Amino acid sequence: MAGLLFVIAILLVAAFANVLAPYPPDLTDNAVFLKPPAWQAGGSWAYPLGTDAIGRDMLSRLIFGARLSLLIGIAVVALAIVVGIALGLVAGFFRGVTEIAIMRLMDVILTLPSLLLAIVIVAILGPGLMNAMLAVAVVVLPHYVRITRAAVITETSKDYVTAARACGAGRLRLMLSEVLPNCAAPLIVQASLGVSTAILDAAALGFLGLGAQPPASEWGTMLADAREFVLRAWWVVTFPGLMILLTVLAFNLLGDGLRDALDPKLKR
Amino acid sequence: MLRFLLTRLSLVVPTFIGMTLLAFFLIRLVPGDPIETMAGERGIDPARHAALLKEYGLDRPVLVQYGIYIGRVLHGDLGKSMITQEPVLREFAALFPATIELALCAIVFALLLGIPAGIIAAVRRSSVFDHGVMGVSLTGYSMPIFWWGLLLILLFSVQLGWTPVSGRISVQYFIEPVTGFLTIDSLLSGEKGAFRSTVAHLILPTIVLGTQPLAIIARMTRSAMLEVLGEDYIRTARAKGLSALRVVAVHALRNALIPVITVIGLQVGVLFTGAILTETIFSWPGVGKWLIEAINRRDYPVLQGGVLLLGLIVMAVNLLVDVTYGIINPRIRRS
Repeated sequence: MAGLLFVIAILLVAAFANVLAPYPPDLTDNAVFLKPPAWQAGGSWAYPLGTDAIGRDMLSRLIFGARLSLLIGIAVVALAIVVGIALGLVAGFFRGVTEIAIMRLMDVILTLPSLLLAIVIVAILGPGLMNAMLAVAVVVLPHYVRITRAAVITETSKDYVTAARACGAGRLRLMLSEVLPNCAAPLIVQASLGVSTAILDAAALGFLGLGAQPPASEWGTMLADAREFVLRAWWVVTFPGLMILLTVLAFNLLGDGLRDALDPKLKR
Repeated sequence: MLRFLLTRLSLVVPTFIGMTLLAFFLIRLVPGDPIETMAGERGIDPARHAALLKEYGLDRPVLVQYGIYIGRVLHGDLGKSMITQEPVLREFAALFPATIELALCAIVFALLLGIPAGIIAAVRRSSVFDHGVMGVSLTGYSMPIFWWGLLLILLFSVQLGWTPVSGRISVQYFIEPVTGFLTIDSLLSGEKGAFRSTVAHLILPTIVLGTQPLAIIARMTRSAMLEVLGEDYIRTARAKGLSALRVVAVHALRNALIPVITVIGLQVGVLFTGAILTETIFSWPGVGKWLIEAINRRDYPVLQGGVLLLGLIVMAVNLLVDVTYGIINPRIRRS
């Protein structure tokens, strides 16, 4: 429940970023470098969470960062889920060589440490937000393929599929409108947990300088920028990470909640 | 058992081929001509260009190139770094102990805290302690560890001054590498304070790298333990009048640890992923930092070789875990 509330809150913040944020995210103010948050000596309420090294308002950047991070999370999961369902359906229906080829490929992706594979893909495509999103989508893909395939295999042996087949339903119809809706529950749970993984991995890439590039107000990239000021200005380091943690935590809680609701067997 | 071993081994072959394909195409997918990339900004004259193409075998069909590449890999030749001209395998071997040392400390840290925490949480189900452990482990699981590392540096190194910020040992010590593990080498060297210094440098990276495995292990131990505690044989053990401690520590724990062992095996991938970030934050001279530097310097042979080696290690560990699991649990062998 807490997860759902926070997810809704962060969605609203992202949607109304331009209304909520006191300043544009890239506005620099030469007069206020590394100003501490309002409650500390030297801070002012003009910049409630302080400013960064080139005088940008932290609060505004964090608010706009929510937009970017959610976009990353949702886009990555959407991409992975569409491709994953397609591959999973094909593997589950056609079996044989097709299935082996797809599943072995997924095994290779799963064997490599996730961030390492993402880094390799970004190294090939070049750093940047789009490529980082693509890389993370490839890395999380096997989960969706495996879940879909497993669900398809269980479902196709059931009577209603045989009945549909006997009625003359074509392969595409069987796949998409008979079997797929019944595989939805585990996919929804995985998607919700997947958003958190996507945000975390994309932020890690940003932190390594391989994701969103400065001056983008992506939280991981902000942390990378802030690293050199860790000794002088705790707030530029603390807040972006805190936002990542809270958002990821919220999506994980939401995923756990959805699992309990959709899959009561797993509830303990 | 032999049958089980052979089936499991046969699964390794396609994965290995897939990984070499990935590593092989890694260099070929990079936009632009590889020779020009190597030559850099200054450019290269056409004759030299053609000679280099021939030298690297890039003028031959891709399939032949792949065959040659596989042959080299199987002979342990992973190419040379474009920057240092050192063989990739030698560089990897020199840096790998640092990563292993860190990863081992992290997993021991995770086990020492995670298993007891999971057991107590399961035994005292729905207590404050249980909720606390679950809350903390979910937070740990959601933690961006690169930020966690910075926070710990901020607190323990900057504010309190207890631990060093980066590296493996203070600069005043020079330890001749014997095993590559500085904790052991520093003891062997007999130099005063060297061991203390290595341990101090290890503490924060260990915590940072161990956090996610800790969270996962605690959760897994708890749920495995809960499942086992509900079984009939536990009730029988209780009915026999065994002490609560004996029931939990001897009867329940043995069976509960089986899934936990699998999870520990799966942490190898998590640890390598974490090592890339942890080593970057703490300037830890291991393979993770080496790979990131290779990307920044566009040293593709290093990236290619490093990825392949790490992938192979993870694959080998997974195989080992599966086989161990088959030995511990005969039901797996038969299925």
